[in-house]
Order: sequence, then structure tokens, then C-alpha cells
Amino acid sequence: MTPARFSAQPADTGLYRREHEHDACGVALVATMRGSAGHDIVDHALTALRNLEHRGATGADPLVGDGAGILTQVPDAFLREVVDFDLPVAGAYAVGLAFLPVDEAERSEAVARIEAIAAEENLRVLGWRDVPVSSELIGQPARDCMPQFRQLFVASASGRMVGLGLDRLAFCLRKRAERETEVYFPSLSCRTLVYKGMLTTGQLEPFFPDLSDRRFATQLALVHSRFSTNTFPSWPLAHPYRLIAHNGEINTVKGNRNWMRARESQLVSDVIPGDLERLFPICTPEASDSASFDETLELLHLGGRSLPHAVLMMIPEAWENHEEMDPARRAFYEFHSTFMEPWDGPACVTFTDGSLIGAVLDRNGLRPGRYSVTDDGLVVLASEAGVLDLDPTHVVRKGRLQPGRMFLVDTEHGRIVSDDEVKSSLAAQHPYDEWLHAGLIHLDDLPEREHIVHTAASVARRQQTFGYTQEELRILLTPMARTGGEALGSMGTDTPIAVLSDRPRLIFDYFTQLFAQVTNPPLDAIREELVTSLGTVIGPEGNALAATAAHARQVVLPFPVIDNDALAKIVHVNADGDLPGYATHVVRGLYDVTGGAAAMQARLEEIFAEVSQAIADGARFIVLSDRDSGRDDAPIPSLLLTSAVHHHLIREKTRTLVGLVVEAGDVREVHHVALLIGYGAAAVNPYLAMESVEDLVRSGAIEGVTAEQAVKNLIKALGKGVLKVMSKMGISTVASYRGAQVFEAIGLSQELVDRYFTGTVSQLGGIGLDVVAAETAARHAAAYPPDGVRLPHRKLGVGGEYQWRREGEPHLFDPDTVFRLQHSTRQRRYDVFKQYTQRVDEQSERLMTLRGLFELGGAHPREPISIDEVEPVSEIVKRFNTGAMSYGSISLEAHETLAIAMNRLGARSNTGEGGEDEDRLMDPERRSVIKQVASGRFGVTSLYLTKSGDIQIKMAQGAKPGEGGQLPGHKVYPWVARTRHSTPGVGLISPPPHHDIYSIEDLAQLIHDLKNANPDARIHVKLVSEIGVGTVAAGVSKAHSDVVLISGHDGGTGASPLTSLKHAGGPWEIGLAETQQTLVLNNLRDRIVVQCDGQLKTGRDVVIAALLGAEEFGFATAPLVVSGCVMMRVCHLDTCPVGIATQNPELRKRFSGKPEFVETFFEYIAEEVREHLAALGFRSVEEAVGQVSAIDATKAVAHWKAAGLDLSPIFADVQSPDGSARRNTTTQDHGLEKALDHHLIAIAREAINDGTPVTAEVPVRNVNRTIGTLLGHEVTKAHPQGLPDNTIDLTLRGSAGQSLGAFLPRGVTLRLFGDANDYVGKGLSGGRVVVRPDRAAPLQAEQNVIAGNVIGYGATSGELFLRGKVGERFAVRNSGASAVVEGVGDHGCEYMTGGTVLVLGSTGRNFAAGMSGGVAYVLDLAADRVNRELVDLSRLRPDDETVVRELLGRHVEWTESTVAAQLLEDWDTARERFTLVLPRDYQRVLDVRTAADAEGLDINGSEVWERIMEASRG
Amino acid sequence: MADPQGFLKTRERELPARRPVPVRIRDWKEVYEEQELGQLQRQAGRCMDCGIPFCHSGCPLGNLIPEWNDLAWKGDWREAIERLHATNNFPEFTGRLCPAPCETACVLGINQPAVTIKQVEVTTIDRAFDHGYVQPQAPERLSGKTVAVVGSGPAGLAAAQQLTRAGHTVAVYERADKPGGLLRYGIPEFKMEKSVLDRRLAQMEAEGTRFRSGVAVGEDVTGRQLRDRYDAVVLAIGATVPRDLPVPGRELDGVMQAMDFLPPANRVALGETVEGQVTAEGKDVIVIGGGDTGADCIGTSHRQGARSVTSLEIMPQPGEERVAGQPWPTYPMIFRVASAHEEGGERLYAVSTKEILGEDGKVSGIRVVDVQRGDHGFDEVEGTERVLPAQLVLLAMGFLGPEKTGVVEQLEVELDERSNVRRDRDYMSSVPGVFVAGDAGRGQSLIVWAIAEGRSAAAGVDRYLTGQTALPRPINPQDRPLVV
Repeated sequence: MTPARFSAQPADTGLYRREHEHDACGVALVATMRGSAGHDIVDHALTALRNLEHRGATGADPLVGDGAGILTQVPDAFLREVVDFDLPVAGAYAVGLAFLPVDEAERSEAVARIEAIAAEENLRVLGWRDVPVSSELIGQPARDCMPQFRQLFVASASGRMVGLGLDRLAFCLRKRAERETEVYFPSLSCRTLVYKGMLTTGQLEPFFPDLSDRRFATQLALVHSRFSTNTFPSWPLAHPYRLIAHNGEINTVKGNRNWMRARESQLVSDVIPGDLERLFPICTPEASDSASFDETLELLHLGGRSLPHAVLMMIPEAWENHEEMDPARRAFYEFHSTFMEPWDGPACVTFTDGSLIGAVLDRNGLRPGRYSVTDDGLVVLASEAGVLDLDPTHVVRKGRLQPGRMFLVDTEHGRIVSDDEVKSSLAAQHPYDEWLHAGLIHLDDLPEREHIVHTAASVARRQQTFGYTQEELRILLTPMARTGGEALGSMGTDTPIAVLSDRPRLIFDYFTQLFAQVTNPPLDAIREELVTSLGTVIGPEGNALAATAAHARQVVLPFPVIDNDALAKIVHVNADGDLPGYATHVVRGLYDVTGGAAAMQARLEEIFAEVSQAIADGARFIVLSDRDSGRDDAPIPSLLLTSAVHHHLIREKTRTLVGLVVEAGDVREVHHVALLIGYGAAAVNPYLAMESVEDLVRSGAIEGVTAEQAVKNLIKALGKGVLKVMSKMGISTVASYRGAQVFEAIGLSQELVDRYFTGTVSQLGGIGLDVVAAETAARHAAAYPPDGVRLPHRKLGVGGEYQWRREGEPHLFDPDTVFRLQHSTRQRRYDVFKQYTQRVDEQSERLMTLRGLFELGGAHPREPISIDEVEPVSEIVKRFNTGAMSYGSISLEAHETLAIAMNRLGARSNTGEGGEDEDRLMDPERRSVIKQVASGRFGVTSLYLTKSGDIQIKMAQGAKPGEGGQLPGHKVYPWVARTRHSTPGVGLISPPPHHDIYSIEDLAQLIHDLKNANPDARIHVKLVSEIGVGTVAAGVSKAHSDVVLISGHDGGTGASPLTSLKHAGGPWEIGLAETQQTLVLNNLRDRIVVQCDGQLKTGRDVVIAALLGAEEFGFATAPLVVSGCVMMRVCHLDTCPVGIATQNPELRKRFSGKPEFVETFFEYIAEEVREHLAALGFRSVEEAVGQVSAIDATKAVAHWKAAGLDLSPIFADVQSPDGSARRNTTTQDHGLEKALDHHLIAIAREAINDGTPVTAEVPVRNVNRTIGTLLGHEVTKAHPQGLPDNTIDLTLRGSAGQSLGAFLPRGVTLRLFGDANDYVGKGLSGGRVVVRPDRAAPLQAEQNVIAGNVIGYGATSGELFLRGKVGERFAVRNSGASAVVEGVGDHGCEYMTGGTVLVLGSTGRNFAAGMSGGVAYVLDLAADRVNRELVDLSRLRPDDETVVRELLGRHVEWTESTVAAQLLEDWDTARERFTLVLPRDYQRVLDVRTAADAEGLDINGSEVWERIMEASRG
Repeated sequence: MADPQGFLKTRERELPARRPVPVRIRDWKEVYEEQELGQLQRQAGRCMDCGIPFCHSGCPLGNLIPEWNDLAWKGDWREAIERLHATNNFPEFTGRLCPAPCETACVLGINQPAVTIKQVEVTTIDRAFDHGYVQPQAPERLSGKTVAVVGSGPAGLAAAQQLTRAGHTVAVYERADKPGGLLRYGIPEFKMEKSVLDRRLAQMEAEGTRFRSGVAVGEDVTGRQLRDRYDAVVLAIGATVPRDLPVPGRELDGVMQAMDFLPPANRVALGETVEGQVTAEGKDVIVIGGGDTGADCIGTSHRQGARSVTSLEIMPQPGEERVAGQPWPTYPMIFRVASAHEEGGERLYAVSTKEILGEDGKVSGIRVVDVQRGDHGFDEVEGTERVLPAQLVLLAMGFLGPEKTGVVEQLEVELDERSNVRRDRDYMSSVPGVFVAGDAGRGQSLIVWAIAEGRSAAAGVDRYLTGQTALPRPINPQDRPLVV
């Protein structure tokens, strides 16, 4: 069956591709342990589903949901009564809903075919039942593609098969029916039954009246509400699937599918009848990630493993770095890792086989899951607490899903099975430990080999062969060799992409890294390293449906980059015959350079045959080597070679028989290694890079390290860099990154990609093998010049990619353009400005950008009009924004200059993520209209949000999408610290993800929170261009963002690792066009404003962006240049000589910018825009938005590489299906009128008006989200500093929805009796939030979960008192609030920079990671769970005792906590039980300041600053 | 970059001291003392390793200034000269004689004194010669093609060295008795000692470049003959036609072009005797023209024992700071003090010569008048006419292009509207196989442009001879310094 069946998903159009659809959702499971089925469980499940509505979404039509469904046990009694044929006993028949064709002829043909297959599979069709539906309830688009619903009933031919055995037969039938007919079965089983469809949560039950039938009984149910990024109805894509309902995203799915396909030839089952070949492919091509996961899980389960076992194979917990784990359990995981890579990504997978029902979280715990158990055996687990209205007096347990832990209910035996029990029993099934011990080969155990040192001349010759430049040695390799880390750069990139470059480029450069934004979060590989793993095993893989000692015969590779000596060991692994069956075959990846592309292709074919033969002859390791190139033989680019062989072996299904190791001379940066692994390599040996650094050390160019250390450092930097690249995509282990192909090709022809990089997307076509060969030959000619003459003094090319050089790549900003731009705007010389824009725009001789290939006018140009008819400059400039640059990264002078200029123009500047000083917040002339909210949440307070015009959520930034940022301590000057609510001299880190956005529905929640914090502000979501950004933008529009910003990959003013700067993200031309097309296709364009930025420099750039669909435009680099920036690209060093990217007071004095210059710049840009508009016949920018037909790209491209590009997908003129506008014409419906806060505001009116204290009591539900925020906004508006403490005192009862008390200002207290969900007290700004169990609740508060994850994120002041345990990342990035809690999950106090946290219970792992300020006091702390990188542990000091006692007292006062009361009672004993967690740098700075204060010095003065710097260096 | 904070630690520009005036004007040796190496390296450490190195752009050769500043800072002189030689055949010439547009483009110069780039350059090459890092770079294989280079000034030498190293057989023709052109007899010894030139010529000879000195192309051998004998010809004959001063009295004895005065002086300084040499000894010398040649005349006159030296410049005295129309990073007209200016004499600005006065056919003085900018050129300021005594008047007012007779005429190459030899993008003249490099094509310019021209023209010749070239081509024929 094709996935597009029963859906209105359009075919791939323009840049829109189906495969990029994402979804996320809410899930719930309900089960009873009472031992009997009932309809009440169905009712509960459907109620829970309805209460998850806010986690799902609707598209343009509110009557069309993204999908909802339910999975139950087979309701035997019900079915028996509604079918008109006889059914055998329960368990002896399988039943499933079928989505059948509507056309009668088609349908009967399909039915006949299915019946025939059933017969072949030894099944007897018992009958078909027409399933009643109420189709009138649903919206037209969903109805248009609605299937016919019938249930199929089958029994085994013999009639004797029951249970699992019967399900195996049904599985074969279903698989074949789907392949051979156009029918989709949501399920077909004797154990479970699924009802699902393109429905809203509320429609599910009425649509399928079966579900309301009282006879319909079950002991368990899974329900699911879907939020997809598009609006195309699709019936099959609703959850649950056959075994699971999934909330999350499998980031590695491409690789997992490839591996599954490769694995198929090894699969042998003695329980599934017949030749498995007829069921392949296991993973349906083009299915969703959840579907592929389900299909694989189903195979593993039906193949003979219990469902929990199969789940743990696919989502293992993070065992690699887990010190506390039981060795047997670790062996269980390690064993299975030899033949199944993790399916990695944020996930909450709920699963059931009909009697066991459970849920598991990904290793990092990136999805929420909360459960409650009642005294009558009811279990409810859902994405949030409170989905069922349970009487608190009957709830005996409240808990939460934990990272890597399994929650399991056995309905048959009526009990909850603990995580420990499940895993221990699985671990005991086989002697995994012994098998591993006998099987695994460690490189350290193999004999050492002599190290070979190459001569400088040999190194140089080969550097030439591989196209090394001086710059690469200096800027890439030297820092890695010296420090073991990757170098940083600044100010984005402004060189041509590879396919537009005149120079021969490495094939690596034609790929860009994908990164996570919105639909799945990037990981934090640095602070949350414990969930990551760089280790893998290589070797032949065993049958995934069996488990034997032979499976463990593998070589262990702790690191994906290996030195020459390790490689030699692998090559000689069986040199002494000790390891029979472990032959290694080395492939010479060279070709006859004179033969060009034909020779390269022929050689690849030869290699394919050679490798296949080697495998047949028993080789189990293949080394792909490009060593030994010479005058005639040039190296095949290692990436091409690796991917080509990898895909050849996948196609041959022999891939899992061998490990691929790459010995490559062209590898010299992180991106290269990442690509090789991403396309199948198990390990990379960058021999020439290593020899190069050895040579640099020997020649004295690198000082301070030995050659040996330099190589070690290089390997470490490359490997750690790969970890970072992986984590940007949310992938945590190399094992699952290998082959995952999370890259996009830009400028490679489809033919080349299909043949050698199968499955990679290349949107615009591009070069073929001929150019690859030509580029290789050009490099080769440098080493072996055809005329035999080498030029002296020019061993290597100069480079020029990172810093402008005359002989290097051209840069958009070069001496000429910088000079002319500055001079023209400073002297108000429009003529000189035109010289500047002409040089940028005129790209006939030097191609720089995609837009450089466009011509304005189009095939049917409109009549030009007089420029007088075009809207004035003053209107156009209102569409301009300056980029987000934080105060801190740039100086006050620079920041204010931009703000003043933009305010005068009626345009918008952006605070960046550094907050805004209060005196600027209150000054309309100097404040920035756009307030940014980024992952660090610096200075994000109620006041900050209230004083905004726009609020921008930064999901990613162009220079380094998927990564966080860092403001090193030496740049945190006192005035910066004040603005950021932090400590001077203490470094500040922005995490890679927003810890309150792990999915699209989380983003919707944050948008909702911010809208509550200021209903008058427009909410922006900033994305970075990459393939698939259009679908993300559609999701963002559905999440009710007012503005979506598409940034180009090339922008960016901040510091960034060079790999990210150059190799992540795509040009905005593609991302913007894809966004426009996808929004229009989804009827979602009219409600959102589209912004664009990324190296916009001229009026022409603006007009092109408008024609491609943007209505607002951002500029960052250019206004900085106008303000004096000369593109030093040292922003990260605090040495900016023109006073822009520095806080050094002395350098700041050199700032020469003025608001007038910036105003002039924007006026000139607008003037140019007018000129272009007039020429194109448009009277305004508005008229031009989305008019792609006014661009002509047919201009012949004579460039040797760019000639192969096909730009037409960018210009696809997409129409909206419902005729809605292709530009912004309306606004989003934020649904704020439904907010509980309107009621609260009414209650608090007097307090807001004149400060009269008020108290009130209000019931709440989980659907009441963001309680108190709108109220807080009203308070802040009237009282910028808040109200006196407790002026508004509100008592709430029930389960509060997410974001309780977000941004709550001073003077407001929210006291909740019940429990709360995620994000309590987010951005707390002085208010107080108290959460405590109901007084009547029987459960013991400190043993149960009272609130969810990410509590107090980015709080700046105020108080939190939580009587009970909470989830992951408690008080993350807290910078000033006090919080008391009775137990926290993993990553507690992460990134904290200030405030006080008191934990009166257990802590999870990785406590205090990245904690650079504030203090934490923890009761009975398990010290090994603390991340000690930045903090020290000690006993309480006298001052601390006062603080702790005071907090305990207040905790008792607010929550009646028994734990706190007992501790106070026996303080002398209690005090010994507390540990103080104190950040080192923070204490050092505090000490200096205290001492200085005692001396009577100005603690913010320069003298004290010097001392702080002294101390922090010390 | 070695030390990102370098420019904050060392704030001042430090240059080697010039020898005391009374001492140095008694000999012809170079005026600079040796600079302490650490001080020089600190200066190199002030380089900020800019993302856009405007110095590298300001330099016509595209010298990789940040690269070798860093190497010099670290003391890796061997690698530094390697990187310097990558773009510049003769850093010892530019390091002494170039007015350093790189330094006026230095980013540090926006708000601090620029890095002493030129001094780093000359130190790097001098150390390289001293330590034997400069070795002949003979080609591994010869192409069998032959090239004649006419003129052995910096453009001709650069073209010759590039072409020799590319495997061609090159002969350099020079009408003077020794090669070097202006470098040998135009530039006074105190600015560049001739040993500096000779050691480079020795390297070139060792590489295989042949020198035909004392052969005047156009007379001893005709242009056509040369074209017939070689696969390609490069004209690097300079812009030697001097601008004259058409005033009454120009014909008087003791009124001469600087280029008739300086070469004999140089020869004598090197120990030769020149028949009928005119010297400044005991005379009141007037130098007309405030440029580098004028300064050379001043320095030479002092050393010859002039009684007084006065230089005249028609333009007003420039200020110490840039004017708005000459913003960073352009090369500004500002008041500069060359070593010769320190050595005495007077500099008069905004004066124009009305007449040269004489006695007995010999010059005795000049009549000058103050001028100011008017709508059409310069207007005289009434009542400022005066007479300055003079027994020697040296004209240093610039040059007007190559000589139009001789080889230019014989080869029938076209001239452009400025009477320079016209050339295409590959530096080829209107006559196939005949190329032009340096001032002959560009007009009067700086030595650094001349070397850049020679290198670029060599790339054109190489492509002409072999169909392709890997030789660098730092500039296009039409490139000019950055101006607003």
C-alpha cells in the first residue's frame, strides 16, 4: 500500500517533500489490575484523550484533526454480539479494522485478494463486519479521503491456533495484504484491536459508535492524539499502531531503516512460518518513523521475544556510562547492541501486547510521562498529570516516567512490574556476560605495532594531492592539535557554497549537516554527556531473531576516530591466525586520473565486485584506503567511496556481515568524519591529518605539545566534534548515527545521489561524477603538475575560506564592499552606496549566492511603473529588523546605536538573548522592540516581556543551528551580569535546547505562555533554513506563532565552532521558498508573517526575499559594518578593535558608529527596494510578496559547476487549496479568551488597581494551562516592580495544566492543592508558587510526584515550595529564585547561575551540571550523582545553616511538609545530613566582591573587576 | 594568530632608529640602524590577524601579511620568508623602498598606529639572506621556450624570475652597464645599498636567468630582431620620459632633470668616477617636486655638501591627519618626513616657479610665487613673488610614460591615451607575443606595483607559451589603488 492512500497529502511539489513531515502528540494509557474487563476503561481512556486535546492540533479547518485513536483488548463479548457469523472462542480468532477502498469494484477485488492470501497463509476468513461510522461529524478534507471501514475476522485453518501463534499468521497475512493490495489494517490480532483515524480527540468516540457501546469491554487501552506539522489529512498516520503509540521522533530512522533492510538477509525465524522473504521489506518504504519502529518491534516480538525485551533492544537505556548499573544488565544491553543499534530520539513509547501494557522513555527523558494508581487498581499514565479526574482520597501512588526506565503493568496478574524486575529477569535469560567476555576483541589486547613516521616532503606531496591549504593547517588542524578542541570563528560565512565555487572543492563540502529544531530537540552533549556514547562494536552481525554466543564475536571500538596503530591492528587482526573468521580486506580506493569520470566509475564498480568477493571469501572487515596515490593514481574521494560501498552492500544485503573502516587522506575536519560515519563508516583513520600535525610539531609551527600528544588531541577533537554534530540532530550514540545519513546535499545531481548516496535529498540537483573527477584531478595536478614544474614558495594554497585572501574564495564582504558601505553611510553618499550594492549584486563573474543566479523580471514581466507610484521609504523601513545580538556579545554602544536607529525609523531591533537593562526597558527611545527568548532565558522577566513589541523564540541560529552558546567569564562584566541576572566574571552557558521545548506541542505551549505574558506582542519563532524547514514552519503556524523567521545558514554574528559555521544549515533562498510553498499548500500562510534574514545586504536581496515569500527582513552583519565592524571575525576573543563585539571599556571607546549611519543604511536599502519594485511594476512590498514568477532563473549558467543546478523547485508557483492568501492577511487565534486568568484578573482587579490585598479559591484542571501569567502581565503593566508580597493570594484545587505560574511577578501567590505538570514557575519573576497534595490524600507526599519536569526554568526571583518529588531538570537556569522540593530527577540545578535550591529527598544523576552560580543544599546527597565539573561539595557553613533553617521553616509554613518539620525538630542531626553544592568560580567571585566591599571599594568598578579576572584566571 | 591581545599590550609603533644626521650624511650607507629583534617581534605581535586583512588588500602584491607577521612574532623566520616569497619576489626592495600602502590600510590604523609591516618584511628577508634561507629555485624541467625581457627594473626582474622558474629560458636586456634599472642608479645608496640588489641578481643568475647588460634594445638590437629571436618579449622599459618645466630660463646651465643628477651621484658613491658630473657641493640647491625623487635629490645634495637645499611643492602642505575624502583604508596625502627631510633644508609648499634666473648662462636663482587653488588650476597670490638663490635646480616632477622611439616604435605597439603601451588582460600588447609590464604600461607608479606587474605579466606570457599557467597573477592591468 502506498502511504499516500487515504490521505490528502500532496505529491512532492516544488521544495515540499512528504518525507519531512513530523509529528508529536499526547499519549495516555489506562489499565486496570482488578482482573476483569469493563467498558469503564474505554470511557476513562477516551476522557483522558479529550483532556489531551491541547497536545494535538487542528489545521486550517478546526473540524479536521491530525489524528486520534485507541487500542484495546479484543472486546470479545461485544464482537460476538455484533457479527452475523460464528466466532470461535476468544483468542482463537484475530480481528482487525480494515481501511478499504471506497470504490466498490476496487474494494471487492481487494477483499477477494485478501481472502486468497489468507488461504495461502493458513488462515480461514470468518467474515467481514461493516463498522458503523458517523462521517457527518468530520470536516470535508478528512471525509474526502476517508476509506470504507470493515473489520476482518480470521482464524487459523486448523482452528487450533490461539494467541501469539495465531498473531504470527495474521501478521503474515497483514504484511502481504499491505504489499499486494491497497488496504490498510490499523491492526489484525487476536489480542488487540485499534480504532483510529483522521479525527480530533473529541471526534473519535462519536465517529466510531462501537466505542460507546457498553458491551465494548477491555482491561487496558492506549489512546493517542496527534499533532502533525502539516494539515494534510491522513487516516493511516493516526496512532496507535499495532503495538505502540508513540510521542516523539526517531532521529536516526533513516539509518535504522537502512540497517533493517541490510539485516533482512540474516533473519531466520523458527517461529514465524515460511520464508520471511515474502514479508520484506520489514520497514515499509516512506512510512513514518513511528510506523517503522512499530514494524521492527513487531518483528522482534513475534520472532520470539517478549514485548518488553524487544522494546529494550530498540530503546536501551544509557548503559554505556552508567557506573551504578548492574553488570548483568549492562551485558544484556551490550550484547544486543552488537546486532541492533538504538532507535534514537526523544520518545515516550507506550506499548501493549494485550495483557502487558507499559511505557518507556528515551535515554535522555525528553518526553513527559506521569502516572497515578488508585486503590481499586486503576492505572493511568499520560503525557501529563490530571487527564482523569481521580478522587484524591483514592490515589495511592503518583509517579513519573524516568529516562530509560520502563513502566509496566501486567493486567493478567494484576500488578505493576518494576523496572528492576523486568530488566533483571531479561538479563538473566542468557549468560550474556560470558558470551561477551569470550567474544569481544579489544584493540588493546592486540599486539602493538611499530609507528611509522613520514618525511616532511612526503607529507607535503600528499597534502597537495588532497588539496590542503595553509589556512586549513593553521585554522583547522593547529587548534585541534594544540587543545584537543575545535576552533571557533565569528560573523558567519559569506563565501560561495561549493557548487558555486570556482575552486575545486572536496565532496564533503556539498553536504550540510541537518540539525534538530522544534520537532525534536538537540541534545546537550557536553553537560549531559552521560547519555551519549562514542563507542561501537564492529564485525559481522548475528541473526536479530536469535541470541547466541557467536553474536558477540565483535571488535570493540571505543572511539570512532582511530590512529594509524589502531588501524594497523585491525588490518592485521588475524595475522597470527588466532582469530579465524576475522579476515580483513584492504581496498585501494584509487583510480586512473587520466581516465576522468569514466575511470572513477569503472573503478568503483571494480571495487564493488572486489568487496563482494572478499565477503564471500570470509572478510569481515573492509578497510577503504586511499593511501599510495601517485602520479597516475588519484584517490577516489573517501566519502564517495565509503557511501558507494555501503549502499552497494545494503543493496546486496551483505552490509551487516562486515565492518567498514576508512583510511582517508582527505579527512581533516569534524564535518568530514561526521559524514563518513553518517554514511556507514565504523571508524575513520585520518592519516594525513595526523601526519600533518606531527609535521607541524616537528617543524615548530605547533609548540607546546609533543607530536604524539598532538595526534591524540586531533583524534579527540575530531571525535568529540562528531559527538557535537550528532547531538545537534538529537542523536546520542555513534552506533545509531552510523549510516543515519542526517545530511542534505546541496549541488549534487540526483543521479549521483541516487547511485552513491541513496536516500539523500538534493533539492536543486547539481554536479555529476564528471565534476567530482575534475575536482579530484585538479588537486592531483597540484601534486603532480602536468608540465613537471612546481612553483617555489607555494607548497600549499593559501586558503581564504575563513578569512578573506586575495587568492582564496571570494567573500561578499571584502575590503571593497566594507569600505564602500562604511563610507557611503557615513558621508551620506548614495552614489558610493550604489557602488557597494553593485559589487554585491553583480555576480556575473564571480558566483557567490543562489540569488546571484536569479534575474529580476521573469518570463512575463509586468509593466514598469514610475518610482513615484511606489510606497515611500518610510513605509518600507518598517519591515526591517536588526538581528538578534545580545548585549554582552556586543557592547552597550553598539547595541543602543542599533536600537535608537530602528526606533527612530519605526523598525525593530532585537535584544538578543542577553536581556535588557531596566533603564532601557523603560525608555522607548533606547529599548529594543523585539525581545528574544532563547534557551538561556537570560533576563526574561515579566517586565521584559511586558515591555516588548515582539517576542522572538530562538529555536536555532544561522551560525550554529542546534547548538547553545557561551559567554565566557571574562566577558561577563558587571553591567552585563546585572542585565542577565548573573554574577560578574562567571561564565554563562545557553543550552543547546530550550528545556521547555522537546517537541512541537511544547513549542505551542511556550508560544501560549508568552502570549499570556504579553497578549499585545507578536510571537516569533526563529528557524534556520534546512531541508524540511517548511514543514516545521507549518507546525509553527499551527502552534499559533504570529511570525516565523527563516534564517540562512550563512548569517550569524556570534562565535561558533567552525564546523557549524560552514557546514550546518542551508541558504535562505531554499528554506524560504520551501516555507512559503509548504505554508500555502497547507492553507496556513495567511495567518502568519514570514520573515527572512541571513547575509541580506542590498535592496535586491530584499526584493528577492519578498518575491520568494517574505514580508519582513532582518539584517545583522551589514548594520554592524555600518557601525564600524571590519569583519575581524574575532568576536569570541573580546578584542574587537572597533568597540563592537567587546565589553572592554577601553575598546568600547573606539566605537565609531552612530544611529544616523544605521538609519541612512536602511533608508538607502529601502530606496533601492523602491527602484526595483518600480522596475517590476509593484507599488509596494506587499504586492510583491510571494510573486515568484517575477524571478527568472533561466539565465544560462556557464559556470562549470553551477551549470547542473535546477533552480525550478524554488520557483514553483504553489496555490493554496482553499484559495487563502499567499501572504499574511489575518491573525492567529490564540484562544486566550478561554484562559482561566480572565477570571483571576477579575478577582484581583482591586489589587491591580490600588494594591488592596485579595484572596480567593478556584478549582483547576489540566486543561487550565499557564495559570497566573496573564494576571501577572496585568500586575506588571500597572506595577513594573510588582506588588507587595502576597497582595494577591490565590488557592487552587485540582491538577494544574502546564506552566503553572509562569513569569509570575512579585505580589502574587499561587497555592495549589493537588498536583501540577511541567514548567511550574517557568521564568518566575518574584511571585510565589506552592504545590502540595490535597489534605485528604492518603499518599505520602515525599514518596510521590507532585509536579513535572523543568520547573523554575529561567526563574529570576520569587519562591517555589513543592511538597513532593518532581521530574528532570529542576531549577534549570535558575538565576535568583528560591526553591524547596522533596526529590528531583536527573540534571537537577542544571545551568543554574543564581538563587537557592533546597532538595529534601533523592536526586537523579548529573546534578549541578553546568551550574555556574547560586547554591544548592541537598539532603543525604549521593555524591557520585553530582556532575563535579563546575561545583564543589562541602558541609554546611554557619551562614548556610541559617539559610537552610529559614527555608525549612517557610516550607513547613506553606506546605505543612512533614519531612521539613522533622528535620527542624532535630536540627543537630539534620544539619549533618545536608551537603552544600557550590560552584567554584561563583564562590571565588563572591569572595572577591565581599572582600572588596569590606574595603569600601565599588564592587562594580574596574579595580574590583580586575581582581575578579585575576581570581578567575587563577 | 599568536597573541590576540598583542595590540593591547604593545600600543606604540616602534621603528629602528635612523642614524644621527651629522653622522649619516657623511657617508652613503643606509640610514637605519639595526632594530632589536624582540622589539620587532613585539611589533609583529600587534597584528590582529583580521578576518579581512585590509593590508593584504592594500598591497598590490597581495602579501600575506597576517601570516608572516605571525611567523615573525613566533620567530619562525624560515617559514616567514617562505610565505613572503610566495607573493613577492623581492621583499628586500619593497621592504626598503615601498611607501607601504599596507600600513595605511592596516585595520589597527583606524584608531591606533599601524603595525610596522614594512619593517617586518625587510627584517624577514634580510635574516633569510643572512641565514642562507634564500637559495636558487631552478626549475626541474625546461619548457624549451625563450623569452626576452627588456629592462631590468623591478618589473622586468620579477617577470624574468617568474618565467625562469616556470621553466622558460629568459634573457634580460639592460642598456646600462649593470642590471637593476632604477634600482641600481636611480635609488640612492643611502636608501638601498647595491649589495642588496646584487645578491638577488646572483640568485637569479644561479636559477638560469641570463643578463645582457650594456645592450640597448632599439639601438644595438632592434625590437623586430628581438621578437624574431624569442618566443615572447616582455617590455619592462619603465616610464622614463620626465615631465619638464616650461619656464623662461629652463635652458640655463645647472637646471637639470633629477634623473640626470642622481645616477652619476650613485656611481660616484659606489666609487666610480663620472666624467663631467654635476654635484651640489657648495651650492644652493632647489629641488622642484615634493615626491620621492625629490627627496632622493635632497639627501644626495646634502651628502655632496650643498650649502642649502630647498624643495618646492606646488600643492599646499598636507595635514597630519587624513581628510574626509581620503578615509581609511585609502592611501592618504598627509605630511610625511622622509629621512632626507630630516637631514636639513627647507620645504616650501604652495609655491610655483615663474622663471629661472641666470648669470652667464648659469642658473643663479629662481623666481617663485605663492599659489592657491582656484577654479582652474592654481592662482597666484599677489605680492608674494620673490627670488630664491640657486646654483643648481633639480627637476623632480614626475614622468610621462615610456620613450616613444626605439623599441616601441620598432615593434609598432599601440599606445593608450596616456601614451603608455596598451595591453590586454594578459598584459599582451597589440603585437602578439609582445608583453608589457611595469611603468611602461601602467605609467609612473610604485615599485610594489612594478613587481606585481612583472609577476602578472609573467602569468600572461606563460599562458601564451604553454596554453595554461599556474603562475600567480596578483593584479589586473587596470587595477588601481582604492579611492573613493
